[in-house]
Amino acid sequence: MSAHENAQEGYDFAHPLPLPLLAGTFLVLTLLTVLTVAQASFNFGSLDVLIVMVIATIKAVLVGAIFMHLAWDKPFNIICFIGSFVFVGLFIMATLFDSRQTAKDDIPVTDDAVVSAPAEL
Amino acid sequence: MATTDAGLASDAHEQPGHGHSDHGHGDHDHPSYLAHHFDTPEQQFDSGKLGMWLFLVTEVLFFSGMFCAYAIFRAWRPEVFEGCSQFLNTKLGAINTGVLLFSSFTMAWGVRCAQKEQHKLLTVMLATTLSCATVFLGVKAIEYSHKWHLGLLPAGLFSYDPSNPHPVGGPNYLAYICAPFVAITIGVAIWLVVSFLRGAKFQLECAKPLLVVCLCFFVGVGLGTILESGGEEGHHEDDHAVVASTDGAAPEHGEAHSHADGDEHAEHEEPAAEAVASLPAAGAMSNDSADLAVLERLATDATNTGLQDELAARKAQSERSSGGILYDVSDDASATVASAPENVLRPSRAGVFFSIYYCMTGIHAIHILAGIGVLVWLLVRSIRMDFNRNYFGPVDYVGLYWHIVDMIWIYLFPLMYLIR
Repeated sequence: MSAHENAQEGYDFAHPLPLPLLAGTFLVLTLLTVLTVAQASFNFGSLDVLIVMVIATIKAVLVGAIFMHLAWDKPFNIICFIGSFVFVGLFIMATLFDSRQTAKDDIPVTDDAVVSAPAEL
Repeated sequence: MATTDAGLASDAHEQPGHGHSDHGHGDHDHPSYLAHHFDTPEQQFDSGKLGMWLFLVTEVLFFSGMFCAYAIFRAWRPEVFEGCSQFLNTKLGAINTGVLLFSSFTMAWGVRCAQKEQHKLLTVMLATTLSCATVFLGVKAIEYSHKWHLGLLPAGLFSYDPSNPHPVGGPNYLAYICAPFVAITIGVAIWLVVSFLRGAKFQLECAKPLLVVCLCFFVGVGLGTILESGGEEGHHEDDHAVVASTDGAAPEHGEAHSHADGDEHAEHEEPAAEAVASLPAAGAMSNDSADLAVLERLATDATNTGLQDELAARKAQSERSSGGILYDVSDDASATVASAPENVLRPSRAGVFFSIYYCMTGIHAIHILAGIGVLVWLLVRSIRMDFNRNYFGPVDYVGLYWHIVDMIWIYLFPLMYLIR
């Protein structure tokens, strides 16, 4: 009791996560991996990439929120980390738009031997 | 002093004489784990954690460059990615995903152990995490060496030949990859024996889990070997193609490929074609292939539509017999010699896929190696019982790093291995 009253500020700040939560997260992650592998045997056409990325993102969120403690972390750390993904999204989208726009400028390489010539030397 | 029981962990550590108001300027005023420029362990922990998060942000941005390259090339030639992905063994990738997820779990458990001062269990958790890391690398070693052997190399080095998928000779890549790990394992074993003989207890305690960790690499290699020989449907089909070559349909498979570059290069490729033709298994088709070379040269003439059709028919036949590794979308109307270079396995295109594959998985593997380095450091410190409920920062930070390496693999695995 006295330990409580006199607990120093800045001590005893640890927040151990319950073991069942960690084990449950691992189980869900494994199931999602099985799901990803299983869905690859079906043909969803262009939705394929989308499905795979959604499953991967669910897994990443689970790892981030629970294994990496983000759900209990300081908001600033969360903003930093999420912010990096926002910039990654911007980066990839902008580059893909650009790539699509300039795709017509592509100079076709019809003569492969020229490209692979150095390897044969 | 009533304050001292508040959480100043193990008695082995110095106790802070005074509370918050008195930050330690001397060694006597703060616990040994608290750097003197921090007021409290919590402040120290939060500072370290912010630094770690910022580092992880740079890691995410670093990998995003490679994911961007992946996105551009896949958007540009989806069929190349689809075709080349068949060469990646999904079983090995899935096993590695599971191993990495499990190591993330044990790492998170390890952080919990550090916070709860379960020293023995923390050591076990760190050793398990390390073992998973080496199993991962062992499986990776099998994957890489197998692909190098087949000539599935980055652009510029790509030398895979569908008509001769299992080239004889060549260096034993697996031995080269395993050599450093063998050396380290022997070193750790010697260290274990020496520390046992000299009665160095602490060193013995360190060497024991480390030897298990080293041996786990070879467990990974064994696991990879079993799965690699069991899986790989694609290669059996290749074998099938080589066997089927006796009927004369398959040989042009590789040749249509090399001759399609045009007349002047057809001359260049001639010796290679001869070499393939002179193989014992393909002996029956040597005449056939010589005919084909002439046919192809004749067929490059746009007016010679009859020959072009015949060539297209032969090509389609060989593709069917080889199980469709060559992913060619050309229909009858466009199946001319000119369209043959659109082949997925063209070195400059397939090579780009493998460049991206090796770059991304290789840098990921380098991160695993770095993680192994810091985890070994943690393991030694955990055996020394350095961590307590006010000082578990290093375990937590390394845990964060380990989880982000796992997170990257979570995206890499479906993007590389599961393209259909």
